[in-house]
Amino acid sequence: MPPKPIRTHKSPDRITPQTIRPGIDIQVNGKHFRHTGDPSMLLLWYLRDILKLNGTRYGGEQGEAGTDQVLVDGKAHAAITLPMAKMAGRKITTVEGLAHVDGSLHPLQQAFVDEDAIGCGYCTSGWLIASLDLLQRHPEPSDADIDTLPNLCRCGCHSRVRRAIKRAASVMKETQA
Amino acid sequence: MSNHHKLSRRGFLKVLTGGVGALVVGIPLARATHAPIPPAFLGDTLFDLGSYVRIDADGNIIIAARDPDTGTGVATALPRIIADELDAEWSRVSVVLPGLGVKGTHGKPQWTYGHQLGGTGNSIPAAWEDLRQMGALARYLLLQAAAKRLGVPATQLRSQKGQIIAPNGQRISYGALATDAATIPQPKTPPLPKRADRYSLIGRSAGDINARSIVCGQTPYTLDHQTGDAAVAVLAHCPWRDGQLKRIDTSATLLVKGVLKVVQLNPDPKCQPGQTPIAPAVAVVADSLWTALEGRRRLKLVWQPGQSSRESSALLEQKAQRLVSHASARNKTPPTTRVRDDGNVDKVARHTAHRLDALYYQPWLAHATAETMCCIAHVDKHQARLIVPTQAPKRAWAVVQSLTGLPPEKIQIEVPRIGGGYGRRLDHDYVAEAVMLAKVIKRPLRLMWTRDDDLLHDWYRPASTHHLSAIIDQHHRVIAWDQKLASASALVGRGVPEDQLWTSEVDADQLPAGLVSNYRSDWYNLASTLPRGPHRAMPHLTNAFAVQSFIDELAHFLHKDPLRMQQQLLGNARHIPLRNGGVLDTGRLHRVLQRVAGRIGWKKYWRSSGNGLGIACWRIGDAYVAHAIKVAFQARTLRIERAVCAVDVGRVINPKGLENQVTGATLDALGCALNLAISFEAGQAQQHNWKDYPIARMAQLPRDVEVIVVPSDDRPPTGASFLAMPSAAPALANAVFRACAVRVRRLPLTKELLRML
Repeated sequence: MPPKPIRTHKSPDRITPQTIRPGIDIQVNGKHFRHTGDPSMLLLWYLRDILKLNGTRYGGEQGEAGTDQVLVDGKAHAAITLPMAKMAGRKITTVEGLAHVDGSLHPLQQAFVDEDAIGCGYCTSGWLIASLDLLQRHPEPSDADIDTLPNLCRCGCHSRVRRAIKRAASVMKETQA
Repeated sequence: MSNHHKLSRRGFLKVLTGGVGALVVGIPLARATHAPIPPAFLGDTLFDLGSYVRIDADGNIIIAARDPDTGTGVATALPRIIADELDAEWSRVSVVLPGLGVKGTHGKPQWTYGHQLGGTGNSIPAAWEDLRQMGALARYLLLQAAAKRLGVPATQLRSQKGQIIAPNGQRISYGALATDAATIPQPKTPPLPKRADRYSLIGRSAGDINARSIVCGQTPYTLDHQTGDAAVAVLAHCPWRDGQLKRIDTSATLLVKGVLKVVQLNPDPKCQPGQTPIAPAVAVVADSLWTALEGRRRLKLVWQPGQSSRESSALLEQKAQRLVSHASARNKTPPTTRVRDDGNVDKVARHTAHRLDALYYQPWLAHATAETMCCIAHVDKHQARLIVPTQAPKRAWAVVQSLTGLPPEKIQIEVPRIGGGYGRRLDHDYVAEAVMLAKVIKRPLRLMWTRDDDLLHDWYRPASTHHLSAIIDQHHRVIAWDQKLASASALVGRGVPEDQLWTSEVDADQLPAGLVSNYRSDWYNLASTLPRGPHRAMPHLTNAFAVQSFIDELAHFLHKDPLRMQQQLLGNARHIPLRNGGVLDTGRLHRVLQRVAGRIGWKKYWRSSGNGLGIACWRIGDAYVAHAIKVAFQARTLRIERAVCAVDVGRVINPKGLENQVTGATLDALGCALNLAISFEAGQAQQHNWKDYPIARMAQLPRDVEVIVVPSDDRPPTGASFLAMPSAAPALANAVFRACAVRVRRLPLTKELLRML
């Protein structure tokens, strides 16, 4: 059987090269965005003030508080330490992107709810992101692994967060098995 | 014990009916019970909610949580008190934060929600007094409505999980009765709340009402609110409260695209601290936070130091030491206030040879809330609308009122969820700044402090220097206790009379007052211009550390077991009347001590090498707490292996919430004791970020806190947000002593321990 002729569009008379569009392409929680403002702007302010993703919060200039943790290509970073200029082509996940699109919570979020690992809640988003990063590296984290989490908590939720991470680890293991 | 007799005090509750077919119940405005109710009071949107309980025709119940929630769990606990009384189904309840309830009568404010103050330990007791009536009245009205509809006497009807159940088993949902219930006349006497054996939610655990939304990042804190075209302000504060702006060059700042204005702010010297900006400041107002920060970076400012630039924390400490130790030697400086003087300490001291003395020092502390100070303010000629993270909305209101002169009801204060308070948000200097700027800018304004603003410009917890002496008779009993404390009172300049300045520094009834027949407590005020203010668990935190460590020292001095020492000091279980009213129930203190000692295995472990057990106890109001802590000290590294805490708080509203507060306060107190200190040089705090002020992280803290709640449901509930703070640090220091024979009398502990080894 002879191959079907491939239907082609009429070729254009003239090809004009597209001008390079200014801006920084970035993917946040699976959606594409282009930042055309100040490239030295920090990711935290971009997320909060431009994309209005307010779950990532300010805690301090060097990001030591951990309230502004986001996943950049799967790894946890403090959003306040990252200028937009370095974010081109990166995939960012914020706390808003953790839950499933159908509204069901990520096992880690569910574990935080179940263990009530929440004090004032201001830093909870940062704990979730940092814990997720930890679970990716250590699917069955030991206490010593959990001790490496850098986040600050003024309300003293540490012991409940520890329980939540362990609970999430066992749930995630079950679902994978 | 019955609480029923208390309930007539508030008189009638208010039932509001409107066109929306809902039943709404709230506390009446004082003396305005017969005033017509404006229909807007019952608006269809949640934020027009004028009262506490609203039952809609579809069965949904909306309950307002009036006290600000800084992480204390009141936004969950208060609605549960109402919902229980109402026999509501918790899953049908949604909670709203109603903001400040204020109405104007002849230009004077009237608070329509009653108690609205967070983090001072009074939210739950106040709610127990009045909020239960909301639920009781709503349930009464629903029962009457059902009785009318079914033709059955109300006494034969039961209410359960959002339904009225008739004797024949017929059920009517609250939603179906709401419209009728709103037309039932009020009873002549307020309906009695439930008997304790009928509680369905009180005493049962519930997680944070907002947990789901918080883990999705959806719960809005102040600056998470969208505000359209608001301008954004950041501030450059003068390093000294009493300093002045000497030179300013704004040219580089004004070149930044998007910077709108540079505004100078000055504190009003006539105002109390916390009602006016904390220090002179230059505000950069811009169209976005990023540009405002950029603008601030380019400001060139020269500040003129004030008097406070001559102060340092080291100098103040020397002064304090001179005062308290001179006082104990022959050369006596009279104390600013003799807080308590039982028996005759001097006479006993003359006739007894055995005495033990010790000097304790605890540093200045910052509040260091996770969410820095911030405020959204929209102020024009006719009204002011603010979104503020405040623990005391009424005080915030007063600040706005004094700056704007607006009538009471034209000032609207919304209080969203708050990222920690610890007493910092009882002061409203940042609200004053926002309002002053909003008036100049004439546009909604978002004010944000950065971390260094927050740590460098705080109303700090003042340092304290304790000199403690105990006199011991030949039977090894403590027969006299002499406490001298020098500190810079946090109440200076806050409208408190001179003879009451001590109240923020020491409690006249604190342990072991009442237990030792000759007991004296002196307080020496240190003159200082450094900023200071209320702080979590003041004055218990500092005093408990000194007193409970010293009792442990006495045990060692007398070759006694520390637990036995505590028990002997407490003596028989009895009630000792307190100066401030109430009683010290030594039986309850015995119980919390016994429980922690039992759990940690006191007899088995104490004094084993490299490991140490420590114990301490305390009382705040009518609540009791004890800690037992196990540490291991190896290779110059201290590990807190176990922490056990027992509390006796009266009736428990939400056991899970209580456990969270106890765990949280324990870990906060341990973290503070291990690491934290603010020091001043040339009048300036030397710590300005998390590296200088290292809040404890996971690795430093115990992996778990074992919480024991001593059953005490026959007593009314007490607040527990900071109850578990005072005894944690002394239990830790006592454990450290058993582990490595070093007595830490100075905080922060880690630094001092390494210095002494």
